[in-house]
Amino acid sequence: MTDASINASTVREGDAEFGDYFALLKPRVMSLVVFTALVGLLAAPVAVHPVVGFCAILFIAIGGGASGALNMWWDADIDQVMKRTKSRPIPAGKVEPGEALSLGLALSGMSVIMLALATNIFAGAFLAFTIFFYVVIYTMWLKRATPQNIVIGGAAGAFPPVIGWIAATGSMAIEPWLMFALTFMWTPPHFWALALFMRSDYDDAGVPMLTVTHGRPATRKHILIYTILLALLAVGTAFSGVGGPIYLAVAVVLNALFLHGAWKISRRDENDSEADNFKVERSFFKLSLLYLFLHFGAILAEAVLKPYGLGGW
Amino acid sequence: MSLRKEHELHQRRKGRNVGVGVLLASFVVLVLALTIVKVTSAGFKFPNTSSDVQQTEGQN
Repeated sequence: MTDASINASTVREGDAEFGDYFALLKPRVMSLVVFTALVGLLAAPVAVHPVVGFCAILFIAIGGGASGALNMWWDADIDQVMKRTKSRPIPAGKVEPGEALSLGLALSGMSVIMLALATNIFAGAFLAFTIFFYVVIYTMWLKRATPQNIVIGGAAGAFPPVIGWIAATGSMAIEPWLMFALTFMWTPPHFWALALFMRSDYDDAGVPMLTVTHGRPATRKHILIYTILLALLAVGTAFSGVGGPIYLAVAVVLNALFLHGAWKISRRDENDSEADNFKVERSFFKLSLLYLFLHFGAILAEAVLKPYGLGGW
Repeated sequence: MSLRKEHELHQRRKGRNVGVGVLLASFVVLVLALTIVKVTSAGFKFPNTSSDVQQTEGQN
């Protein structure tokens, strides 16, 4: 290849690299999807062949990534305004919006069909519904329309363990929905804490976050209420089919810490937060990441140890 | 003027093409592995072919 082969009309300033397309799939969100779907798959009471299990997790992850690309295509205008998102491939000018749309649609179709072929049609259909929910219901419809956007959007991120369970069993049960509820109830306090210390981002973009529509004191109260409900659910899950003594110990400790953090946030006002640069809100946000990881990790530990007579009740 | 000098753009495109190539090759291997697992599993049944259907009809 030489310089002589370059056609000036085809050269774009930000001609994308492979990594830019990968970034469209929101790899960090995908890692959460992979982990929670894996826990759903392994916690199910049916043994899955490792190759089938690997394919199931891979295609669930690709489906999640595809919905991320479609989200970035639709939200390119607000991503450009927000500090947190303006370096994403589309606002940075590395990838054309049409490319993100094509990639998202192609990967959505591929992941749904392959998951259905690798496991069962129910799992494929549920993955298709999840992509539809995240892209159409949340991104296109509710995100810019209601301050409850994070609550509803949390459902899309909470579906992977249910899909993992269905991929293994081909049927539904109460346990995957408890895992769903755990992520669903965790999402609002997690994002509202972020919205408290990324203060101007959502205002600038015109996204009706609770901090913008109901004010910051109301957001602090909401964080506490959701955390109380989350704690009840998380500890209660210990007594279900996916729980056990390990999970109970983890849940009690983490929820005590999480409740303490939410209580402190609810007692503070803006002056306190400004004074220490949102130290409490930031540490609550960091704890929330560990919170979800360890809860699902404990469910995984119970499932893995069960065949040896150690996990579960 | 050297015609052999590679433009930075070509390096980026090469990286992209290699990435897509590796992904496609991996996908082929994955589908092959999945197929082997499926056809060697205990519950696998071959679908009815036209000759099978004719044989069944003949027996009736």
